[in-house]
Amino acid sequence: MTDLFSKFDALIAQREGLLATGVKDPFSLVMEEVKSPTVAVVNGKETILLGTYNYMGMTFDDDVIAAGKQALDEFGAGTTGSRVLNGTFQGHKECEDALKEFYGMDHAMVFSTGYQANLGIISTIAGKGDYIILDIDSHASIYDGCKMGDAEIVAFRHNDVEALEKRLKRLPADAGKLVVLEGVYSMLGDVAPLKEMIRVSKEAGAMILVDEAHSMGFIGENGRGVAEEQGVLGDVDFIIGTFSKSVGTVGGFCVSNHPKFEIMRLVCRPYVFTASLPPSVVACSAASIRKLMHNSNKRGHLWENSKNLHQGLRDLGFQLGTPNAQSAIIAVIMPDLEKGAAMWAALLENGLYVNLARPPATPAGMTLLRCSLCAEHSSAQVADILDRFERAGKAVGII
Amino acid sequence: MTDRSEMFDRLKGLIEPFNKKGTEVSEATTFAGDLEWDSLTVMDFVAEVEDSFDIIISMNLQAEIETVGQLVDAVTKLTAA
Repeated sequence: MTDLFSKFDALIAQREGLLATGVKDPFSLVMEEVKSPTVAVVNGKETILLGTYNYMGMTFDDDVIAAGKQALDEFGAGTTGSRVLNGTFQGHKECEDALKEFYGMDHAMVFSTGYQANLGIISTIAGKGDYIILDIDSHASIYDGCKMGDAEIVAFRHNDVEALEKRLKRLPADAGKLVVLEGVYSMLGDVAPLKEMIRVSKEAGAMILVDEAHSMGFIGENGRGVAEEQGVLGDVDFIIGTFSKSVGTVGGFCVSNHPKFEIMRLVCRPYVFTASLPPSVVACSAASIRKLMHNSNKRGHLWENSKNLHQGLRDLGFQLGTPNAQSAIIAVIMPDLEKGAAMWAALLENGLYVNLARPPATPAGMTLLRCSLCAEHSSAQVADILDRFERAGKAVGII
Repeated sequence: MTDRSEMFDRLKGLIEPFNKKGTEVSEATTFAGDLEWDSLTVMDFVAEVEDSFDIIISMNLQAEIETVGQLVDAVTKLTAA
């Protein structure tokens, strides 16, 4: 008998080798208590959270929690059904209405996760004979959406407008084309030149999908994302987003002005063949989205945090993923996986949690310590974070 | 078949800058096994080939190409179209 697990042997060996050096397993951490959007108890120790994507700190917002509790009482624990059968409750419609208002778009469709939103929309709208043109550093959910569909997949170098344009020009003029972009790329926290990319895509007759998962709520005048910030939101055919970052819950969505968009509810399998979000989750999400519309003070503070952390880490001598703070993600580049894991563990010892990111999730085989800031981090916490980075960095010998 | 050997020579020329280990390149050479290219190197190389021949090698097609000989076939077909 061939053991089907033998294909994982190399990864198992790498993991065992890493743990043998005495490092705690970075991928099986447990949050024993969560005290606020920025503080949890890990291994019995109070820890500052700097790797949660909880950008706007909505997880503990009083109004958001109250809305969820009320929905739990009035609508029960779950829907036990698909959105197209028994799983669309009043709350799902209210959540979609909030999204339509937030983005100023005609249609909104809520999925059970952000992953499923990309999986469903991409695999459904690009079919056999069509082309999907995507950035090579696209998120796994985008790649999986491509793999699930029947379109031809064409990749171009990360954020390279010329590479995109060249490839678009080589495709058959009359073929259906979908260009898939992200506003903020989550590994390095860098922003895409959406304005130029959308211009060349439109010239080639392509439709455009932008994943704004890491920009919703704080980039752009109304927090609609990088496309809004660069003045091209009106040229985007489909915006994909998530509730599991700024919104502070779980779920995914697509908003669009396409006149035929509603047909997606019948043809998109990851929307149809799964249970819908629980009533409490959609109620929390709708309340959160509505609050995110009016949050300029919190946005300002989040940007201040991000800039201060970027500057501080650079001053300490760390190598960072971007030359300036472009989003609320600051990626610290580690020399290799061993040093990265050691640094991660040293930070945790010092009461600071960040994400350890490694290939294949990262570009160029990099090991990253990815920090995501929250609008609820105080300026004192950011100073504290820098202090802990300095101590851990010196202990591990990175700075 | 001079056409085929010409195509092989051209592609071999494009492989060389990425052939860091100096592996002997034949039609049977595999990209992942013999040349030990990672996904990043593959992407850079594919972009080179695409730009040199003004073609698109989709990821669907890339998944089917394991050897240099298969690449010769694929590029020959794409440039003939």
